[in-house]
Amino acid sequence: MKRAGRISEFAITTLIRLMGYSSILFVVLILLFLLREGLPALGEVSLADLFSVRWYPTESYFGILPLILGSIIVTFGALLVAVPFGILTALYISEVAPQRVQEVLKPLVEVLAGLPSVVLGFIGIQLVSPFLRVALNLPTGLTAFTGALLLGGIAIPTVVSVAEDALNTVPRSYREASLALGATRWQTMWGVTLPAARSGVVTAIMLGVGRAMGETMTVMMVTGNAPVMPHGLDALFLPVRTMTATIASEMGEVANGSSHYHVLFLIGIILFAIALIINIVTFMVGYRKSTRSERLLS
Amino acid sequence: MTDEFITLTPAAKRSRWTQKIGFGALTAASLLTVLPIVALVIYIIVQGLPQISLEFLTQMPRDGMRAGGIWPAIVGTFYLTLGTAIFSVPLGIGAAIYIAEYAPDNRWTRLIRIAIINLAGIPSVVYGLFGFGLFVIFLRFGTSILAASLTLSIMTLPVIITTTEEALRSVPQSFRVVSISLGGSRWQTIWRIVLPNALPGILTGIILGLERAAGETAPILFTGAAFFLPRLPQSPLDATMALPYHLFVISTQVPGMPLQIQYGTVLVLLFFVLGMNLIATIIRSRARARRPW
Repeated sequence: MKRAGRISEFAITTLIRLMGYSSILFVVLILLFLLREGLPALGEVSLADLFSVRWYPTESYFGILPLILGSIIVTFGALLVAVPFGILTALYISEVAPQRVQEVLKPLVEVLAGLPSVVLGFIGIQLVSPFLRVALNLPTGLTAFTGALLLGGIAIPTVVSVAEDALNTVPRSYREASLALGATRWQTMWGVTLPAARSGVVTAIMLGVGRAMGETMTVMMVTGNAPVMPHGLDALFLPVRTMTATIASEMGEVANGSSHYHVLFLIGIILFAIALIINIVTFMVGYRKSTRSERLLS
Repeated sequence: MTDEFITLTPAAKRSRWTQKIGFGALTAASLLTVLPIVALVIYIIVQGLPQISLEFLTQMPRDGMRAGGIWPAIVGTFYLTLGTAIFSVPLGIGAAIYIAEYAPDNRWTRLIRIAIINLAGIPSVVYGLFGFGLFVIFLRFGTSILAASLTLSIMTLPVIITTTEEALRSVPQSFRVVSISLGGSRWQTIWRIVLPNALPGILTGIILGLERAAGETAPILFTGAAFFLPRLPQSPLDATMALPYHLFVISTQVPGMPLQIQYGTVLVLLFFVLGMNLIATIIRSRARARRPW
């Protein structure tokens, strides 16, 4: 009986350990299969063609620059919305709002986080883009700007929740010391609390970038899907095509094993690499935070 | 209130005014963030509600999806969510138990953490590519509920692992110490003491993870979603219609689609997703109020 117990304890512990390590396995598998399907593209399309400005796969033009720039423009626009609104909302929730208001605001932000991106895309098509077309007097409402606005909305919950967490971890004593020295709550907020939570705020922005860059359905539905090279600032008000939208809209029609198919996986590898870089930077910022606070408290 | 006792210098008066204006601006920014969400949800309910009928919810689509119901999409989303739960819930809880209860603080554990953060950051469409490469092509599952569920499971895993880990860690250490000192084994302690006490937190995490899976379109685009099917899927190896993909199809791919049906579909999808969100919020706040420690 005792031995049976020990054996089952061992079996369960082993199973649990394997499950614990499964995440590493999945990351490796994802990378492996992206490389397996994507690397052949480098043998079929020359690097010069790949980094050219013309994306027209049916005629074998595989220039991914317009797609990369499309992603950058839309993400940058999204940040212009998500960073100020996200951080100001986080400041309000954590530093100003009374308890009751907090209890209403937080679930509402979570509702925004829970909205499927296809629903926001639908709203973009039905409401936002017709409105912008008339309001800004554009030939079409399906532009990078429309995508950026909606993506900003998608990134806001990420920015708010991470930034708010960071503000909440700032010790009370910091604020109390500042108030005791005669600073107002407003001065304390900007002069003490926000700087103390700086690394968390940077993390919030980085994760917002990741969220916006990786978003697919909304941008595919509202940015007009034109893989043209953006020129100048007015590109924000013209149709664009992001990397994610390209994969989503062309993967279904492509022949397995063709150059086009391999290039789409190559774009997937680029997106994977971007996510990886964002995570590494975030991880390093987080690491610095813990060591600095240790130094401060000791 | 202090004004009656202290004469404020002009500078102090100025900074009070700055604070008042500043707080007003912060409030305005928060309202600008939150009010559109409320307005949007109300607008969708108002626009979609007239479409909701027993027929719409339980019939097959007709006339190239321009009439009839969305039953196969509802069933499909249910299957996909269920399939995702079957794979990701046990695996996610197991992984969280390892990290919270067993894992030593060493390089390997840090690697696991980095892997989980990484999984959470990978764009959903890249999960779609991966699922296509591994499950559809390499393992020959074809575009199927099985392939799509497995893809969604891996995507959902980081949410379930991190929330479960947090829930496990919130159980006080003394509970474990008492159980072990009474002769319980490590696993008995986890199974009988830690897990039951962490259950509300774990449930919240599971529901939030599945909510995300139920609303996703990009990962199932090439792994299991069907444009239109004349009958319900018969086995896990069949492709299926799904609510989010159906909404994408009828709002962009089908010309002359009645607006009413589109809003009706949005409302049903929102009902699913926000309903799960609401349940998670209720479980969490109840558990917080009742927490015995």
